[in-house]
Amino acid sequence: MRVAIDEVDRSPAKVRARSPAGLVLLAAIVVLAVLALVALGAGRYPIAPPDVAAIVWAHLTNSATEGTADAIVWQIRLPRVVVAMLVGAALASAGAAYQHLFRNPLVAPDTLGVSSGAALGAALGIVVGAGFLAIEAAAFVGGLLAVSVVMLIAARLRAHDPLVTLILTGIVVASLLGAAISLTKYLADPYNELPAITFWLMGSFASASSIEIVSLVPAVAASLVVLLLLAWRINLLALSEDEARALGVDTRRLRGVVIAVATLATAASVAVSGIIGWVGLVVPHMARLVVGPEFSRLLPAAALFGAAFMLVIDTLARTLAPIEVPPGILTAVVGTPVFIVLLARARRMF
Amino acid sequence: MLDVRDLAFGFGTRRVGSGITFSLARGETLAVLGGNGAGKTTLFRTLLGLLPPQAGAVSVGGIPLSELAPGERARRLAYVPQQHVPAFGFSVLEAVLMGRASLVGTFARPDHDDYRAAHGALATLRIDALAQRRVTEISGGERQLVMIARALAQQASVLVLDEPTTSLDFGNRARVLGEIDRLREGGMTILFSTHEPDQALAHADRALLLADGAMLALDRVDRALTAENIERLYRTPVRLVRIDTRRYACVPTA
Repeated sequence: MRVAIDEVDRSPAKVRARSPAGLVLLAAIVVLAVLALVALGAGRYPIAPPDVAAIVWAHLTNSATEGTADAIVWQIRLPRVVVAMLVGAALASAGAAYQHLFRNPLVAPDTLGVSSGAALGAALGIVVGAGFLAIEAAAFVGGLLAVSVVMLIAARLRAHDPLVTLILTGIVVASLLGAAISLTKYLADPYNELPAITFWLMGSFASASSIEIVSLVPAVAASLVVLLLLAWRINLLALSEDEARALGVDTRRLRGVVIAVATLATAASVAVSGIIGWVGLVVPHMARLVVGPEFSRLLPAAALFGAAFMLVIDTLARTLAPIEVPPGILTAVVGTPVFIVLLARARRMF
Repeated sequence: MLDVRDLAFGFGTRRVGSGITFSLARGETLAVLGGNGAGKTTLFRTLLGLLPPQAGAVSVGGIPLSELAPGERARRLAYVPQQHVPAFGFSVLEAVLMGRASLVGTFARPDHDDYRAAHGALATLRIDALAQRRVTEISGGERQLVMIARALAQQASVLVLDEPTTSLDFGNRARVLGEIDRLREGGMTILFSTHEPDQALAHADRALLLADGAMLALDRVDRALTAENIERLYRTPVRLVRIDTRRYACVPTA
């Protein structure tokens, strides 16, 4: 017998009106646009944001004129800015998805071995002399294999605290993969391949070009679209396995799809820009602090925050010092203290 | 409503219990009692289709559980876990809306009806005021009520509660049991497990006693929960003191 449900009429619109998520997203888009204009103007040849806006507008309306400023903004800086934003959005979204999936705010593409697996795949691709798309495919397969192995081992261990086991397994597997990467470097040709692998592993957007945008956009877009479509359902993965299944969720299939698309986004990013840690761990936290854990609000916020964060990091990376600082170093410098603060406030956070 | 025939259950090849046969009529409340490790939770997980039965059959509303897809199962059986450990600070309303999972399409979001059912469930349990609070910030008793609200929002025909009061303090325990009583009066079909014989006597129609993986008794609560049966179940001498028509105090005398 069904329990009589009281006729309380409160429409979704009225309920949602209390959460400022829409406002936050709008503000994030505006901030991101402003940051992009500043980033396009910043560098050894500074261009004022209004001039940048004029150049971008001219290109969008097909009335561009040739000139140094135009070439710098449109051909040199724009691909880099776009790649940085895409990678930031991809890593932060993947991190948010992994955190829901593993019911743990401490997991990230890095802690689950995905980044290391993708890096090993890509390093092997470089050593073999593969083309760009093949390197990306190798990164994807490496990332997926790594996260599968981590999950398999963690599941087999049947430990008292499955989440701690999962994270420790991720760290252990990542360190083994690190050894394999070292071996690949050791065996690589020291004049061409070794520097290529080393610089690439440090993470950089310096080589960003339109071909990288072309390879990044489909992977990131596909994974974001799938995550957005499944967004409400992904919330249910944050429950215990029994609870989710008793609510009628086919957890195995849903989890498989989410792991595949989150790994795709991570691997595509790693293939383009190398390992840039911390973004997938710290940015989803910030997004959760602002809009809460509900995934259909969290995902767009994490993607926008991630894009903005990475853009700021990359702009600093290429303007702070006379030579470029690898962005992975900057994300670590920013990420570590932020993460320690988050840990200290952990109780209220999650 | 719920029919269990000669059920054997356990993990893989390890048998936890067998020979379980009972049926639960519409609007009836059945309490399951048994010592630690007697297999109450494993039995419930099997009844909910979370664990495949080793032998025998379970059917809901005449349909075998094995023939139901996960979503169809969820529309018939709602589960309140022993303890809900929230991983993230969802709002109470968001948590209760999750009860609608089997009614919301794979790519969809909860609609007007889902919100209405969620608010209705909160109102039924008189916790509407908590709607915008975070599940990580409310008390254990409130969280248990939220889990019951989630199960109500599911609008299933049978409510399965695994030790709904085990981790609660005295006041919260009384509050949760009071709400379960109100659901019974509303005609809900309920299956719950408990460690307290007096709780079963006061809040259930029938009791199923599980000892060493087998049924020790299945009867009306006052006939199943005799001092003698309780002693056999928990291996400790007890005295049952009658307080009023429905309520007893079960006191160990050892």
